[in-house]
Amino acid sequence: MSDASLAVDHIPTAPRAQEKAPGLGPWAWLRANLFSSWWSTAVTLALGYVILRVLFALFEWGVVNAIWSVPYGANGMADTSVCQNAKGIGACWAVLTDKYRLILFGRYPYDEQWRPALVVLLFIGLYVVSAMRRFWRKELVLVWIAVLAAVGVLMWGGVLGLTPVSEDAWGGLPITLILATFGLAFAFPLAVLVALGRRAKRLPAVRLLCVLYVELIRGVPLISVLFMASVMFPLFMPEGLNVNKLLRAQIAFILFTGAYLAEVVRGGLQALPKGQAEAADALGLGYWQKTMLIILPQALRLVIPPLVNTFIGSFKDTSLVLIIGLFDLLTMGKVALSDPPWQGFSTEVYIGLAVVYIAFCFAMSTYSRSLERDLNRSGQR
Amino acid sequence: MSQAMADGRLAQARAAPKRRIRLSWSDPVFRSIVWQLVIVGIVGAILWYLISNTSANLAARHIATGFGFLDRVAGIPIGESLLPYNPSVNTYGRALLIGVLNTLQVALVGVVLATILGTLIGIGRLSRNWLLAKLTAFYVETLRDIPLLLQLLFWYTLLQGLPAPRQAWNLGSAVFLSNRGIKLPLLDWQPAHTAAVVALVIGLAGTVLWNRRAHARQDATGVRPATWPVALALLIGLPLLAWAVLGAPFHVELPVLRGFNFQGGLTLSPEYFALLLGLVVYTASYIAEIVRSGIEAIPRGQWEAAEALGLGRGQVLRQVILPQALRVIIPPMTSQYLNLTKNSSLAVAIGYQDIVSIANTTLNQTGQAIEGIAVIMAVYLCISLSISLFMNWYNARLALVER
Repeated sequence: MSDASLAVDHIPTAPRAQEKAPGLGPWAWLRANLFSSWWSTAVTLALGYVILRVLFALFEWGVVNAIWSVPYGANGMADTSVCQNAKGIGACWAVLTDKYRLILFGRYPYDEQWRPALVVLLFIGLYVVSAMRRFWRKELVLVWIAVLAAVGVLMWGGVLGLTPVSEDAWGGLPITLILATFGLAFAFPLAVLVALGRRAKRLPAVRLLCVLYVELIRGVPLISVLFMASVMFPLFMPEGLNVNKLLRAQIAFILFTGAYLAEVVRGGLQALPKGQAEAADALGLGYWQKTMLIILPQALRLVIPPLVNTFIGSFKDTSLVLIIGLFDLLTMGKVALSDPPWQGFSTEVYIGLAVVYIAFCFAMSTYSRSLERDLNRSGQR
Repeated sequence: MSQAMADGRLAQARAAPKRRIRLSWSDPVFRSIVWQLVIVGIVGAILWYLISNTSANLAARHIATGFGFLDRVAGIPIGESLLPYNPSVNTYGRALLIGVLNTLQVALVGVVLATILGTLIGIGRLSRNWLLAKLTAFYVETLRDIPLLLQLLFWYTLLQGLPAPRQAWNLGSAVFLSNRGIKLPLLDWQPAHTAAVVALVIGLAGTVLWNRRAHARQDATGVRPATWPVALALLIGLPLLAWAVLGAPFHVELPVLRGFNFQGGLTLSPEYFALLLGLVVYTASYIAEIVRSGIEAIPRGQWEAAEALGLGRGQVLRQVILPQALRVIIPPMTSQYLNLTKNSSLAVAIGYQDIVSIANTTLNQTGQAIEGIAVIMAVYLCISLSISLFMNWYNARLALVER
C-alpha cells in the first residue's frame, strides 16, 4: 500500500518515503513517523483523537446498533418501525438485505436473475483477462467480441431456450457495466481512427473534422450529450423508426468516450519516436501496413494506463443516465428508496452503492498504477 | 558562386512538387484529395441525412425553429438569482442568462475552494507524519472512486435531513444550519466598503509594482529591499484607511427566526450548498494528486541545493520548489478546472438552477429541443474556451525560457 501510494511514476528521483528505521523496532518507527517534532506530535494527537472518535461512532452506528433484517407485515410490506426508532442511533442495513436484488439487477424477472448475475461475472472475467499482460495479443479482440455477444444473448434471451426479456426490464449493475464496457469497445476503434485522422498531414479536411469532433465533445458536459441523445435523437431518425432509450444513451456514451480516448491515443502516437515511422517508410511499407504493424502496436501499449483511467471515468459517468431516466445502479438505488417503508434510509443505500463503485474503481486504479510502474521500469534501460 | 548555383538548384528541387497532379493512385497528392473527398462526402451525407430527417420531423410535428422563444415570458420560478427576476414579467432570455450566471458563480467559488482544499491535501500526503499522510491518501482514494452524482445526492439528502428552522443548529447565534439551508450574517454594504475594496485593488497593484522594483534592485545590487512592510501597508493599511476616512461603518445583519423561517442575513440554499460541497470535495481529490505529483516531480537536488544555500523550509518551498512545480501542475490543473465547470451541470439532478436546469425546463415548456440544447452547448463551449485560453496564457508566462 505505501509503495503504491508513494511511487509516482514519471518521477526520476526516489520518492520522499517516510523515514524508515530498519531493525530498530516499533518505538523507533513511532518516534520517526509520528512524533518526530513537537509539530508532528501535535498533529498526531489531534488527528488520532478525531479519527478514534469518528471510527468509534461509526462502529457504534454501523455495527453495534445496526439492524440487519426486519419482519414483514401482514400486507407483505416490510415493517420498518424498528428501523424508524433506531434512526440516528443505528444503521438500518435491512434496506440493503431487503432490496439488494432490486438494486443490483433492476426489474429483471426475479427467477431469471441468474442471467444478469452471470453477465456481471462475465464482465469481471473480461476485465481480469484483459488486465493480464500475457493475453495482450490480437486474439483478445475475439475474446471481447465473444463475451459481448454472450452478454447480449444472456440479457435478451430468446435463443437457446432462454425466455426473452425486453430492454425495458433491464437495470442495475448490468446496465452500468454494459454502458461502460460497450462504450469502450466501440469508442476505441473510433478513437484510433480519429487520432490517426488528427495526425494525417496530407489530409487537412479530415484533420479539421477530427479536431472539430474532439474539441466540441470535450468542451461540453456529458449531460448535454445525453440530453441530445434522449431529446434530439428521435428528431434525427426517420418517421416511425424508434430507437430505444438504452441504445440512444449507449451511442451518446460511445461518442463522448471516443473523443476523450482519441486524445489518449494521440498522446501515444506523439510519444512514439519519429524514427519508427521513418524506418517503416524506408522499408517501403504502405500507410496501413506501417500503421497496423509498426505504429499502433507500440503506441497503444504506451497508452494502456491512461486508457484504464479513462475507463474508470466513464464507469463513474454512467451514473449520469439517472438524469435521463435509465435504470442503472444509482437509479435503482433511488427506486429502492421510493418504496414507502424504506423512504428516509438513503444514507444506508448510498453507502452500499458507494461500496460497489469503490470496489470496481479501486481495483482498476490500483491495477493501472502498478501497470504504469511496470511499463516504466521496462522502458528504462 | 557555386553556393548560389547550389541554392538555385535547391530552390528548383523545392519547387519540384508543384508539378501537375497525375490522375493516378500512385500520386500521393491525388490520393489524398480522393481520400478527403470520400471521407468528407460520407460525413456530409450522414449529416445531410440527419438534418433532412430532423426538418421533416419538425414539419410533421408543427414545431417552429428559431430563437424567437427567447423573448417570450418565461414563467419559470427561479429561487436563486444574481439579477432581479420576476417569472411573470421576465423572458426566457433573462432566465437563461440567470442560469449562466448561476453556473459561473458556483464554478468560480468551487474552483477557488477546491484549489485550496486540494493543495492542502496534496501537501498533507507528502507529510513526514505517517498518520496525516495515510489519512489524506485515504481521502483521495475513496472520494475519487465514488461518482460525483452519488456524492451530490448523498450531500443533498443529508442537508435535507437537517432539523427545521425552529430547531436549527446554530453557531454563536450567527450561523444557522437547517433544512432550509445555511444562514450566514451579512454585512450591511456601505460606500465605505466599496472604497475599501477599490483601495485593496490599488494596494495589490502597488505591491506588484514594488515587488518588481525590489527584483530590479536585487538584480542590480544584490541586496533585496524589504518588501513585506510595504506590502502590509498597501494591502491592509490602505483599505483600512479608506474605510476609516468614510466613517468606518460596520453593521452586520444577523439572520433572525420569524415564524417558520429565517429573515435577513445571507442564505445558501441546500441545493447550492450540496452542489458546492460535492464539487469541491470531489475535485479536491484530483487536485491533491496533481499537486503531490507536481511537487514530487522536482528533483531532490533542488531541495538539497536550496537548503545548502541556507534557505528555510518555507523559503525553499516558496522560492525554489513551487515556481518549478507550477509548470508541471498548471496543465492538468486546467483540465480539472474545466471538469469542475462541466460537472456543475449535474446541478440539474438536485434542483440547483444552473444553465442546464433552466434550459431543460425551457425546452420542456416550449418544445424547442434543438435550440435548448444548442444554448447549453454554446454556453459550455464559451466557458471551456475562455478557461483554456486564460490558463494557456498563464502557463506560457510561467514556462521555462530556454536558451
